[in-house]
Amino acid sequence: MWLTNSSIGKKVVMSVTGIALVLFLTFHACMNVVALISGEAYNAICAFLGANWYAVVGTAALAALVALHFVFAVILTLQNRKARGSNGYAVSTKVNAGKVEWASKNMFVLGLIICLGMLLHLYNFWYNMMFAEIVGVEGALSPTDGYGFIARTFSCPVYAGLYIVWLIALWYHLSHGFWSAFQTLGASGKIWFKRVKVIGIVWVTIVVLMFVAVVVAFATGLAGCCADGCGDACHKVVEACGAAC
Amino acid sequence: MTKLNSRIPEGPVAEKWTNFKAHQKLVNPKNKLKLDVIVVGTGLAGASAAASLGEMGFNVLNFCIQDSPRRAHSIAAQGGINAAKNYQNDGDSVYRLFYDTVKGGDYRAREANVYRLAEVSNNIIDQCVAQGVPFAREYGGMLANRSFGGAQVSRTFYAKGQTGQQLLLGAYSALSRMVEAGKVKLYTRYEMADVVVVDGRARGIIAKNLVTGKLERFTANAVVIATGGYGNTYFLSTNAMGCNCSAAVACYRKGAMFANPSYVQIHPTCIPVHGDKQSKLTLMSESLRNDGRIWVPKKLEDAKALQAGTKQGWDIPEEDRDYYLERRYPAFGNLVPRDVASRAAKERCDKGFGVNNTGLAVFLDFSESIQRLGIDEIRQRYGNLFDMYEEITDVNPGEFVKSANGVDYYKPMMIFPAIHYTMGGIWVDYELQTTIPGLFAIGECNFSDHGANRLGASALMQGLADGYFVLPYTIQNYLSDQAVWPKVSTDTPEFAEAEKAVDAETDRLMGIQGKRSVDSIHKELGHIMWEHVGMGRTKEGLEEGLKLLKALRKEFNENLFVPGKKEGLNIELDKAIHLRDFITMGELVATDALHREESCGGHFREEHQTEEGEAKRDDENFFYVGCWEYQGSDEKAPVLHKEKLEYEAIKVQTRNYKN
Amino acid sequence: MAKNISFTIKYWKQNGPKDKGHFDTHEMKNIPDDTSFLEMLDILNEELITEGKEPFVFDHDCREGICGMCSLYINGTPHGKTATGATTCQLYMRRFNDGDTITVEPWRSAAFPVIKDCMVDRSAFDKIIQAGGYTSVRTGQPQDANAILIPKQDADEAMDCATCIGCGACVAACKNGSAMLFISSKVSQLALLPQGKPEAAKRVKAMVARMDELGFGNCTNTRACEAVCPKNETIANIARMNREFLKAKCKD
Repeated sequence: MWLTNSSIGKKVVMSVTGIALVLFLTFHACMNVVALISGEAYNAICAFLGANWYAVVGTAALAALVALHFVFAVILTLQNRKARGSNGYAVSTKVNAGKVEWASKNMFVLGLIICLGMLLHLYNFWYNMMFAEIVGVEGALSPTDGYGFIARTFSCPVYAGLYIVWLIALWYHLSHGFWSAFQTLGASGKIWFKRVKVIGIVWVTIVVLMFVAVVVAFATGLAGCCADGCGDACHKVVEACGAAC
Repeated sequence: MTKLNSRIPEGPVAEKWTNFKAHQKLVNPKNKLKLDVIVVGTGLAGASAAASLGEMGFNVLNFCIQDSPRRAHSIAAQGGINAAKNYQNDGDSVYRLFYDTVKGGDYRAREANVYRLAEVSNNIIDQCVAQGVPFAREYGGMLANRSFGGAQVSRTFYAKGQTGQQLLLGAYSALSRMVEAGKVKLYTRYEMADVVVVDGRARGIIAKNLVTGKLERFTANAVVIATGGYGNTYFLSTNAMGCNCSAAVACYRKGAMFANPSYVQIHPTCIPVHGDKQSKLTLMSESLRNDGRIWVPKKLEDAKALQAGTKQGWDIPEEDRDYYLERRYPAFGNLVPRDVASRAAKERCDKGFGVNNTGLAVFLDFSESIQRLGIDEIRQRYGNLFDMYEEITDVNPGEFVKSANGVDYYKPMMIFPAIHYTMGGIWVDYELQTTIPGLFAIGECNFSDHGANRLGASALMQGLADGYFVLPYTIQNYLSDQAVWPKVSTDTPEFAEAEKAVDAETDRLMGIQGKRSVDSIHKELGHIMWEHVGMGRTKEGLEEGLKLLKALRKEFNENLFVPGKKEGLNIELDKAIHLRDFITMGELVATDALHREESCGGHFREEHQTEEGEAKRDDENFFYVGCWEYQGSDEKAPVLHKEKLEYEAIKVQTRNYKN
Repeated sequence: MAKNISFTIKYWKQNGPKDKGHFDTHEMKNIPDDTSFLEMLDILNEELITEGKEPFVFDHDCREGICGMCSLYINGTPHGKTATGATTCQLYMRRFNDGDTITVEPWRSAAFPVIKDCMVDRSAFDKIIQAGGYTSVRTGQPQDANAILIPKQDADEAMDCATCIGCGACVAACKNGSAMLFISSKVSQLALLPQGKPEAAKRVKAMVARMDELGFGNCTNTRACEAVCPKNETIANIARMNREFLKAKCKD
């Protein structure tokens, strides 16, 4: 199978899964922004997704995409290290000349940071929401009260900080990943290279800013407890968290 | 004289090649599979021959000294390749290309060979285009042409300034295809050390694996050498560092005659020597002479000031400049053929008008063209050459300096002639076979097509003509009866002896353990050659040169130092072997130059010139190819044989570029 | 006028592919700055030989930037730093300063084993071309050259791809040891020309397969290759090759 055997095939898998994940992130970011406008609306979306079959299937597909992206990244990185050989240069490369982006040389490390962030994120949200709903665990917050979870998590400065770091890593990863995916699929050239790159930077910057806006808004109190539609339960949780922090 | 049979086919010159092909012996397809051919060299001639022979079915063993066939020095040719396509509708024809080449060669080439060359030139272009060589095109999609020195038509096909590279990569790709098909076995980083002759026929070679240092034996039914010229005898030349004449000299020592060694081409537009540490000279394309004007100061005191560095080129006002080519050759001006332009530069510098600190340079000035056409237009045409010149010399030839009396002054280039190509080479007959049966020589390595001077864009044409279209036919004439003979084993005494001799010679060189490095002796050789066997030769100078060369060989044999061991990779040892053969070659060039009491093309004897300082041929006494036969030892003078030239299609005249 | 500089040169010595290798240093005194880098190394070797030592081994040949033989990694950059991108042989000492330490290393990549010192084995490149970097035409009588009309733009673009000299700087610079720029230049040249079309699919598949077989790495689009390419090949070629490859595989 050429997708798993050949170098270009493996890169195609990376590209396609990468693009799919960018689309997912775009959807996720749009959804998050709703929380800035209305907590009820956000919770309505959470309830709509909930533990319904299509959401579970979607989640499983996402997990598969992430797994593929991760496994192929590991395979490619190992192969590349072998191809590079065991002897390193005594003087490290100085070929940047404005061409070689820092992110492009550190995609794997950035990817690992993103994975760690994702585990944290899954624990913070998915574990308490979809997973809790599926297994029927009762917590302080209702599994469908996404808004409450957002408010609770980001009111904690440590979490807010971690999420910001995570999102910055994500921005770097995508700033290279976006055009790189198109390059690998051959959808680039002397002229389109620049276009794809600009589109990519604008796109991922908007997506990441949408995520960041939610974190910042809830962390600084511009949204969340002081906003309308905030329930008592939420207040309690926020206080508890504040004390813990 | 009986030894030299040029085997030119019967009939009028235009029909000879057709006649030959119609009547030559062929090898049947089954037998081709049984026949092995060794091809030494992977330049245009070697790679194209190996590929073509492989396609035909022969088993080819192909050798090169570099790490890949694609590195051969054919790659460095800039200008283009000639062909008589007449795509420009300017009256070109096979005959005209043939005529221009013979005239350019100062009537010292073999007519029949040159005609064949012109005839197959068109096939070369077709072949290369089919291979995917990206020749320059016009907007309509047709092939573009440009003109070159010595011709009145535009017949030069080109791929930017890298025509040689593209043609070589074309031949290399054809070769690669045959390697993949298993028909060619490639031996890279191998150097031919000797040719093995069994029963009077070339039957194989001894080659050295340059990485392991081991000698290996290879047997075959025929041996083809395509190892280029001997320009590096002069130490400083436009040749690559690795170019050497050792394979050719090995053949010469085994009995192949060497023809016209004194015909050496000196290219007028090279970047001048800047110091004694320099290793090679860089060519600036001949095309620069289209828009650049060549000059030296009129006044000797100005030249002195330039040499002392107290004045710069732009300090010399227009009226004090001597555009000597325009003065001497009003009709062709700065575009006279290479040998003429080179000699004129030397003449000025000899008189003390040289313009750099060594006194060995002339100006090539674009001020007038820039003023007329604008710097953008000039950079459009020569930008890459200007950049290259600046990278090497730190002077930007397009830089404006000042304006005085309505004349703009820009920084000029400095140029000087340098050794570029060798027309002489191993003697071959019409079938490209040397005087040793079964040994063939193709490309720059042989002597056959350029006479005493080669025209621009003809070297690529000859290399590919030999490799693609001539040798693959003519070699069959020899191989046709070989299939019935069993292949010679590499265990025969001839192989053993040849290997032993090479090994003993290696031991001798390693054992000298003197004080001098190879390069220091090579530089001295280059100096002797340039001073005494260079652009202007005299009887006294050549005799003095021969004496010095003899002394130099003694110095080499007694005071050479080669570090390291003979096992494994030893670059100094390889260079020492090359140098030994360069010294032999140097003596051969000087000997031939001394005997040829006339001036023709690249060979200029100062005793033989017209009142205006032009070359004066002596057709009565020297209308022949001078062929030299080795006498068993470097110490013994070689013996001259003559191949009389016979012209039937062209009337021999005096070259005239004045009007 | 040339001025003289003195500096320390640190050069890689390695006796064959299995040897560990180490740096030797040498003080270079009063080198005119109009000397080329390789001429400077000639001087170094001359001095080493005078001391009775073995010379420093490196590949070089034409010394005018076209044969692709020279391959030195100088102060962290393949071919050293020049203004417009050039090979080692076109680097001049005026790019360095008095008192510098100049470090010279070989191309380092698993596919290019060291033969000796800074001389490496690049025969893998030949093997890739052998896999399909050609059009299958026999020597003989093809159609007239002008029977195939090629738009000037295509011919020029093919020429830009064809100028690759196969020096291997792209592999040397790539953190993945990938040869994609080299291969894509050949694939692009032939994909752009009508002569190359009939075999385009077969060619790209065969060349990529050979590249993988020989142990070159995968391209991760860092663009280090195009930053050091002396002939200014661009990764637009790599995109074209990816496209050709996908097209070919989708047709299977």
